[in-house]
Amino acid sequence: MNRFDYVRAGTVEEAVKAIAAGANARFIAGGTNLVDLMKYNVERPGRLVDITRLPLDRIEERDGALSIGALVTNSTVAYDERVKSRYPVLSSAILAGATGQLRNAATTGGNLLQRTRCYYFYDEGTPCNKRLPGSGCGAIGGVNRIHAIFGTSDKCIATHPSDMCVALAALEAEVRVAGPSGERTIPMAEFHRLPGDEPERDTTLKSDEIVLSVDLPAEGFAGHHTYLKLRDRLSYAFALVSVAAVMELDGQTIKTARFALGGVAHKPWRNAEAEGMLVGKPATRETFAAAADRVVSKAQAQSENGFKVELARRAIVRALEQAAAGTPQSQSDKRIA
Amino acid sequence: MLIESGSPVAADTRVEISLTINGEARTLQVAPWTTLLDLLRERLDLTGTKKGCDHGQCGACTVLVNGTRLNSCLALAVMKDGAEITTVEGLARMGGGNGLHPLQEAFVEHDAFQCGYCTPGQLCSAAGMLAEGHARTRDEIREAMSGNICRCGAYTNIVDAIEDVMQSGAQG
Ligand SMILES: Cc1cc2nc3c(=O)[nH]c(=O)nc-3n(C[C@H](O)[C@H](O)[C@H](O)COP(=O)(O)OP(=O)(O)OC[C@H]3O[C@@H](n4cnc5c(N)ncnc54)[C@H](O)[C@@H]3O)c2cc1C
Ligand code: SF4
Ligand code: FES
Ligand code: FES
Repeated sequence: MNRFDYVRAGTVEEAVKAIAAGANARFIAGGTNLVDLMKYNVERPGRLVDITRLPLDRIEERDGALSIGALVTNSTVAYDERVKSRYPVLSSAILAGATGQLRNAATTGGNLLQRTRCYYFYDEGTPCNKRLPGSGCGAIGGVNRIHAIFGTSDKCIATHPSDMCVALAALEAEVRVAGPSGERTIPMAEFHRLPGDEPERDTTLKSDEIVLSVDLPAEGFAGHHTYLKLRDRLSYAFALVSVAAVMELDGQTIKTARFALGGVAHKPWRNAEAEGMLVGKPATRETFAAAADRVVSKAQAQSENGFKVELARRAIVRALEQAAAGTPQSQSDKRIA
Repeated sequence: MLIESGSPVAADTRVEISLTINGEARTLQVAPWTTLLDLLRERLDLTGTKKGCDHGQCGACTVLVNGTRLNSCLALAVMKDGAEITTVEGLARMGGGNGLHPLQEAFVEHDAFQCGYCTPGQLCSAAGMLAEGHARTRDEIREAMSGNICRCGAYTNIVDAIEDVMQSGAQG
């Protein structure tokens, strides 16, 4: 690990000031991603700004919805009674990720800003445009079984690894941030970006901005939802493909439906056209299959991850069925019903 | 040097932190990049806590911080200033009795290990998991304990041991 200055921030203002003043400064919260990357020399911050003592550790009611402070841990969110009853898809997605220990340390802000698990990104000895812009992409034509099938560029094919963010995308949450020029709100759909020509930028957050909270909308789709995660082992593994699906039904007719995919793109992946195809239709396998076909018709497989296209298609159908039936995927009994 | 909110501590400065470790209050001078795991093992000679992967991938380094189970390899000691730490060396004390913690007894009873390398992490993780109180069934125990890898594959007996303690309610 490289040597760094350490600043313990007592207020948001202090934190923002300390970030702006430090060379290559980084906020640190749970540390579960940043400390790991520092041990691999992938992150070499000149300064760490410890934000764990900021008063951003509460889940609050705001305008009939919940606002989750950036420092609330993943465990606290997942087991919060209000989240469990009103936004169960969020609770479920968080519990599908990492482990008990990691979720106890991981924070809401840190989860949003966690970096890709691309092997080349982690390995200093290989080219990676995200780690070292201009050095090339080792994954294109390399070992890319876990990589993206949507929204890639010729510079980077990495995925965003978060489970929580996939649920937040389906819920259409907003991220409230603060910087030197005040506060602003970023819709989930715009928070993470596609790699394009600047794969080193994961998000639209500026380097001197801090995440204050994740604000949920009033509608939490408690009746019809699921988080279905498919991976190489049943726990403690990142998603190869995951789907967060939420729905509102009028009898057997779909009133509203949204779904986001994880493990397949540089950001939680949604397809407005496919979601639109569900509205007003009967909640049947045929309806879901048509929407899933539309999504995967845009997929572009890499040399080793062609299996993800069919996996994504089937996962979408299954997740929409689970949501419609009101039988969300259990995160402890791993059989997929 | 003492930490003051908002003022940077320059790299290579040692900072003063206080920790209560297994019931004993300690004041320590640490470099900001020292992980809690390295502090425990290298400085304090509390080698019960193991380093398996050093990257959050195995759970061998699990300790309780203010009663919550965490991977000590990914925690910077300086950030835990003021916290109460329990390691496997302090579990017996936490159990209240003079002998072993009920989980330790159950691990012996059920042969819940082979080489024993993962065991301190399993024990601290299980203690934290029982305190969390979310797991009820075997499936749920397995899932809640998935952050602790056992390369000897003693999983069945580990779950048996934890289930036993859970059912007896003697979680210390
Ligand atoms: C072995 C392992 C397995 C895992 N498995 C999964 C999994 O299956 N699914 C999953 O979703 N995740 C998984 N994770 C990732 C885990 O969820 C993240 O590491 C965690 O959410 C990061 O949160 P943190 O608070 O520890 O972030 P930190 O490590 O403290 O920070 C991460 C980044 O966020 C920035 N940051 C933190 N807070 C703020 C803020 N408020 N404002 C601005 N910037 C901020 C930091 O500067 C840093 O760049 C796994 C991690 C490990 C180590
Ligand atoms: S996919 Fe992206 S993160 Fe992975 S090697 Fe290529 S540029 Fe780096
Ligand atoms: S040593 Fe910390 S998780 Fe492996
Ligand atoms: S007993 Fe050997 S690793 Fe678990």
